Amino acid sequence: MKEELFVSGRHIPNIDPYLSIWHWEIPVYLFLGGLAAGIMFFAGLFLVLGREKEMETTVKRAPFLVPFALVLGLLALFLDLKHQLYFWRLYTTIRIESPMSWGAWTLMLITPLSIVWAAGYIKEAIPGWDWRFGILKQFEALVIKYRKHLAWAMMGLSLILGVYTGILLSAFNARPLWNTSILGPLFLVSGLSTGLALTMWMSKSHSERKLLSKIDIVLIGVELFLIIHLLMGFLAAGMVQVEAAQLFLGGEFTVSFWVFVIIMGLAFPVTLEILELFGYKIPIWIPSLLILFGGLMFRMIMVEAGQITRFLY
Amino acid sequence: MRYAMAIDTAKCVGCGDCVVACQTENNVPVGYCRDWIVENVSGSYPNVEIELRSERCNHCDNAPCVRCCPTGASHIVEGGIVKVTHNECIGCGACIESCPYDARYSHPDGYVDKCTFCDHRLAKGQSTACVSVCPTSCLYFGDLEDPNSEVSKALKNRSWKVLAPEAGTKPQLYFLT
Ligand code: SF4
Ligand code: SF4
Repeated sequence: MKEELFVSGRHIPNIDPYLSIWHWEIPVYLFLGGLAAGIMFFAGLFLVLGREKEMETTVKRAPFLVPFALVLGLLALFLDLKHQLYFWRLYTTIRIESPMSWGAWTLMLITPLSIVWAAGYIKEAIPGWDWRFGILKQFEALVIKYRKHLAWAMMGLSLILGVYTGILLSAFNARPLWNTSILGPLFLVSGLSTGLALTMWMSKSHSERKLLSKIDIVLIGVELFLIIHLLMGFLAAGMVQVEAAQLFLGGEFTVSFWVFVIIMGLAFPVTLEILELFGYKIPIWIPSLLILFGGLMFRMIMVEAGQITRFLY
Repeated sequence: MRYAMAIDTAKCVGCGDCVVACQTENNVPVGYCRDWIVENVSGSYPNVEIELRSERCNHCDNAPCVRCCPTGASHIVEGGIVKVTHNECIGCGACIESCPYDARYSHPDGYVDKCTFCDHRLAKGQSTACVSVCPTSCLYFGDLEDPNSEVSKALKNRSWKVLAPEAGTKPQLYFLT
């Protein structure tokens, strides 16, 4: 039986014929959030493990980028808003049921924490740095004294942030491509991997890079596994989910997904990282850049494709 | 009280009067609408069937748009009507993404807008704009909890369906088949 749908008299901008309310801003917001979570998690982890000497870039240098990433992420979120004058309304309520709400609050907590963390290392990064005011000096001493506690808080919050970047999408039952609980862990792992990629790129120590790259290989493996899982889950589910998966398996997004995300963003850089472990000389910026690019493309494609998927009636 | 609407798909002729009445009554900007007509054609010639549906927000009992709103701008008022407070809405678009029926739109002024079941008219004891103009009287509106309301009576004697019940939103538009 053939079925056709006509909606007469409806050509609402950004809604018809396909929903396209979220453009580049939300994917960039999710990407930067995941990136920041990745850097912070490993900074906290290696401090708690007491290895800040060998893992200098991870613990002390890369975290300087985090406040910038988070502020840019919030800026992207702000640009997505269409009623911007009322932005402050986000911070006059906490609505537990709304991922958008608790995500905005998580960012509100984690951004100052990342600034405090970076401030604790600024003297080591910029020799001759002077805080000028006594109170700032006291504060710094406090930060250094309680660094381990901060590290734990940062690890916890960065995991929440990383998972949140996936849950923001997966909480929408109305969009079958997003409505899967794998998206939370998947975006977390992808965020951790992009964080590692940037840290590796900045690091000058061979042994540090080697360790980070080993972790990254495992993460990318997990990511590929989760993506296969995601597609299998869709294919085994109802009609709307099957159609969602088909966007990547022969449909509109097949080429962009497999070429940009799977091959260029995951398979190729992980191969380079493995070759490097076996002693081949590979400029680190190549896998790092590819992983970052793949992470961004993944979010762009998921956001755009998800909006096309819907219930049929 | 639980407001709901029943739409007789056998009586609807798809004239679009309800759409225009709503646009006029609610000052909907040009190019936008809060209700619309769907023509669902099925079968192949010569066994073709057509179903006409006047659709709008379902004022869901389990409304995902209200749950996902970060500011509380989307909320539920007396009778289960789902509304948006314009000057609390930040225009994040989450509620638009969450609606399985694409019943919401982003108003050119920035906030999100949608059908209100004409609650300003209900307050005056009138029916909604779409119901009051329908030339075939195929729209029935009222309180589901009142067995004598138009909508309860319409649902009692006919078979009906709701749209995408599997989305779990408990929609409150009932399509008489
Ligand atoms: S139809 Fe859409 S906008 Fe209306 S209450 Fe249901 S989910 Fe919300
Ligand atoms: S667009 Fe407005 S009404 Fe919709 S979820 Fe965002 S703040 Fe709430």
